[in-house]
Amino acid sequence: MNFFFEVVAGGLLAGVMYALVALGFVLIYKASGVFNFAQGSMVFFAALTFVSLTERGWNLWLALAVTLVVMVLMGIAIERLVLRPLVNQPPITLLMATIGLAFVLEGISQLAWGSQPHGLELGVPDVPIEWLSQKWNISVSQFDVFAALVAGVLVAALAVFFQKTRIGRALRAVADDHQAALAVGIPLQHIWSIVWAVAGFVALVAGLMWGVRNGVQYALTFTALKALPVLILGGFESIAGAIVGGLIIGASEKLAEVYVGPFVGGGIESWFAYVIALLFLLVRPEGLFGEKIIDRV
Amino acid sequence: MLYREAGQFKSSYAQDQQIFPIRQDRIAFAALMLFALAVVPVIGDQYWLSAILTPFLILSLATLGLNILTGYAGQLSLGTAAFMAVGAFMAYNAELRIPHMPSLGSFAIGGLCAAAVGIVFGLPSLRIKGLYLAVATLACQFFVLWAINRIGWFSNNSSSGVITAQRVEVLGYDLQTPAAKYVLTLCIVALMALAAKNLMRSETGRAFMAVRDMDVAAGVVGIPIMRTKLLAFGISSFYCGVAGALYAYCYLGTVEPEAFTLDLSFLVLFMMIIGGAGSILGSFLGAAFITLFPIFLNLASKQLETLLQVEIPHAIVSNVEAIIFGGLIIFFLIAEPLGLARLWQIAKEKLRLWPFPH
Amino acid sequence: MSAPELQVQENLQRVGEVILSVQGVSLSFGGVKALQDVSFDVREREVRAIIGPNGAGKSSMLNVLNGVYHPQRGRIALREHVFSGMNPRRAAELGIARTFQNIALFRGMSVLDNLMTGRNLKMRASFLQHAIWLGAARREELEHRRAVEEIIEFLEIPHIRRTPVGKLPYGLQKRVELGRALAAEPSILLLDEPMAGMNLEEKQDMCRFILDVNDHFGTTLVLIEHDMGVVMDISDRVVVLDYGRKIADGTPAEVRANQAVIDAYLGVSH
Repeated sequence: MNFFFEVVAGGLLAGVMYALVALGFVLIYKASGVFNFAQGSMVFFAALTFVSLTERGWNLWLALAVTLVVMVLMGIAIERLVLRPLVNQPPITLLMATIGLAFVLEGISQLAWGSQPHGLELGVPDVPIEWLSQKWNISVSQFDVFAALVAGVLVAALAVFFQKTRIGRALRAVADDHQAALAVGIPLQHIWSIVWAVAGFVALVAGLMWGVRNGVQYALTFTALKALPVLILGGFESIAGAIVGGLIIGASEKLAEVYVGPFVGGGIESWFAYVIALLFLLVRPEGLFGEKIIDRV
Repeated sequence: MLYREAGQFKSSYAQDQQIFPIRQDRIAFAALMLFALAVVPVIGDQYWLSAILTPFLILSLATLGLNILTGYAGQLSLGTAAFMAVGAFMAYNAELRIPHMPSLGSFAIGGLCAAAVGIVFGLPSLRIKGLYLAVATLACQFFVLWAINRIGWFSNNSSSGVITAQRVEVLGYDLQTPAAKYVLTLCIVALMALAAKNLMRSETGRAFMAVRDMDVAAGVVGIPIMRTKLLAFGISSFYCGVAGALYAYCYLGTVEPEAFTLDLSFLVLFMMIIGGAGSILGSFLGAAFITLFPIFLNLASKQLETLLQVEIPHAIVSNVEAIIFGGLIIFFLIAEPLGLARLWQIAKEKLRLWPFPH
Repeated sequence: MSAPELQVQENLQRVGEVILSVQGVSLSFGGVKALQDVSFDVREREVRAIIGPNGAGKSSMLNVLNGVYHPQRGRIALREHVFSGMNPRRAAELGIARTFQNIALFRGMSVLDNLMTGRNLKMRASFLQHAIWLGAARREELEHRRAVEEIIEFLEIPHIRRTPVGKLPYGLQKRVELGRALAAEPSILLLDEPMAGMNLEEKQDMCRFILDVNDHFGTTLVLIEHDMGVVMDISDRVVVLDYGRKIADGTPAEVRANQAVIDAYLGVSH
């Protein structure tokens, strides 16, 4: 029984990681209706920039600040160079443009900082929590809990930002109807720049957490793809959905790998999340938290 | 001046409907095919035949397959490489396990198996569209690759999952040389491209495009939406499956499942976008571009190396390649969403007026 | 006999038995009641107009008739078939064709290709025959091409047959959409505001085409239209909807004098 809890806990915490990446997607999709295939590359770029700076001896906080500025600038540049020219195109075009963008970012990251994997340290060690393992014989990593706390703070901050501030309100208006937002004087392009900058910040946080967990290497970009099943479960436009979806995907994936995996040779994690998402789509295409779309002709 | 249509009147609908309505086009195409079929195998050197032209043809076929599904029928798919893998491994198994199976037959079986997989993973398209459908195809991509890796039967229980393609034999002739494999590939691809062109200009193609443009209206007009989408997945996967079989038999020789990863699916998608979605010619142009561009880049970097007296590591070249590919995708989507095929059309229209400006 | 009486006599000879009957149809979306207990019939070869203020449920009624929407209650009787909900493909097979308020053409295809899709149900060749092309597929394609070219001539649009539909001005798009509906050789044609957004000349052309279709091919027409002049001129009978309910049903003259209709929709000339 303890082992089961351990697996579930591990899965939930892995799910938090997925949710962090999914958050970036939700932000951009909510505000501009674009699915940003390049979010994974942004996560990778952020982590790589940060780790390369700290390895060169930079102070942790300074590196963080500089990386943040770079991510924000990158977000603004993307909005101006890629999104603005494509503003009225159908969603499939924008999706393909972000695929192209992903390749560009991956190339730039590795061109600038090289392609060897890096380890990442943030000061919180990846060791089991003492009293949990002693009292209940459950092994849960300190770092995982730290990541969960960070995610919680981030989500709370974003929630406050969206609900209580003027800019947050404007973002929600833009997400709902671009034309109407324009009509009431909301500066659409400033808003999009802000959104991409915030998404860049979220990518940085996700990149740091993932970097400690798995090391900063090219495979990080594939975490973006794992966020897709999370978004399908949680709906593309809901922050709460991203969290819940992430937790469900993380837990079920781990459980499947541990309990079903041995019977089929292992490696289920490569496809299990997608198949779950697929089955879910057939039953409830708009996700747990999404809105049903009615097609009026 | 040379490219005038003057005097070429169409006096029947049949004439109006030809693939190459303009006589100069017909002559040029016939000349090109003759050159490709009769001249190139004789004068071409080993490297060009086996490392450039043959993979170009094979990837064109795969792009053609993707174009049928995504460009014409509007169903986004990221599972191209998986369908190719099915084609390759099933062709191998057909040749291995069915006695007296001719090579062409095993290619066809590879294609049919890929079509079956395509139809199964295309079933979600009846309920979901766009990005969600892309996720379904991602599920296909990852699951199929895992299955081929894990289930020993596919690779005849080889410990590493690697298979070695058997000899290719057509009508009693053993095709070993690069030139022979090139000619076989050329013939297969040319025939399948003709079939694709015929399909797309017939009611099948119109049904695909109708479903792409507005499926509710397609239903109102009487087009069977479900059957049309599944047919698109089936035909497209068949093409990708045959391409995968050719990839194994006429190009790679030894095949591992890792040859068919998501990166290959993206590569084919790029070929489609750059070449032109919804265009048969575009599939070839895009494949040509992406096959030739890395070679060009390599040559350029070699020149740069000798010029600047520095050594440019391969990693830098491949990263620059990624940046330029991605950048070109974005550029084409902004400037000319219909890709190189449209640019070609515009060039031809200008050529008709040449030397006059308008 | 006077001219109007002669006209009525002619109409009675042209118009046949009831071919389509709407019985107690109710339709709602979530909480919005689009149609409430609507009943009326349509006779063969007549021109039936559906009028009413915006939001009255006219387009929804048409959508129910060709199966795009399924009513929660009520039935439709089409000749000997009775159904409470069907899919658009079945409606097309039963001889119903339609145009849409917001133009539902296939924007990526040319005018010719759009019209050819209208012949879809008459084409028999399989996809394998299409791939081979020579033989059955080619013969079929040429045969239907001939039929479609007649419609192109009829609608006076040969100069744009190869133009991608998305590039055409609004009025021509509406004409092409009519062409696609005609290509199916329907027995019942549903037209959703065929003249919306057109200038006087375009309206006259469209009227002429519609009446020609009704005259020459005997196609039954059900049309939604806001231009009262057109409605009064060309329709045999009119149904008036308001807030999803039927408030009047009769000849144009009867409907024009109906007080409920005047209050809800027509108004009084001062």
